[in-house]
Amino acid sequence: MAIEVRIPTILRTYTGGAKAVEGSGATLDELLNNLDAAHGGLRDRLVDGEKLRRFVNVYLNDEDVRFLGGLETPVKDGDTVTVLPAVAGGAR
Amino acid sequence: MLTISRALYEKITEHARRDHPDEACGVIAGPAGSDSPVRYIPMLNAARSPTFYEFDSHELLRVWREMDDNDEEAVVIYHSHTATEAYPSRTDISYAGEPQAHYVLVSTRDETETEFRSYRILDGVVTEEPVAIKE
Repeated sequence: MAIEVRIPTILRTYTGGAKAVEGSGATLDELLNNLDAAHGGLRDRLVDGEKLRRFVNVYLNDEDVRFLGGLETPVKDGDTVTVLPAVAGGAR
Repeated sequence: MLTISRALYEKITEHARRDHPDEACGVIAGPAGSDSPVRYIPMLNAARSPTFYEFDSHELLRVWREMDDNDEEAVVIYHSHTATEAYPSRTDISYAGEPQAHYVLVSTRDETETEFRSYRILDGVVTEEPVAIKE
């Protein structure tokens, strides 16, 4: 078993076009490091320094990880992580 | 070019008028790869602001999953500017993350005339495109 990570269209250049990839780790941070080994550059599109980028939403199963523990959110085999670009903007 | 039905065009402009002076936002889904907007999905502006919009993150996940299950994609992503022209701001450009989408901007700054314009936003580059309304 592994953790399934669903990748949005805009980031599929890092996954050879795949809509979903698998990885492992005990926290979201570890999972993203693990994914970056196979899909170099992906982590940098999601993480800025120590924090998730403002422009992406990352969900653990049905919950936005910002409401869990951010990068420190624990993850386990069988979980699904979904990455979606935030849809936002405005005149400001 | 964006081709859109009169009915959907009116749904977008009515939504923008209704939420004025806050920004309104939403999606029109269509079959993946068709470039044809069909299913109107108004979204909550979680920011409830006259100068910013943001899809609620849980609603975003629900709607994007639903589109995925139906083999649909976001053909149009729209929002309104309520005091400025219907042109993508720097914020709009930095957030634009759906390469297949037509980004529709509506301006409600004029009380009677509603500006309705469409753009492609790819890698930070904005390209305006014509809008064809199907009767």
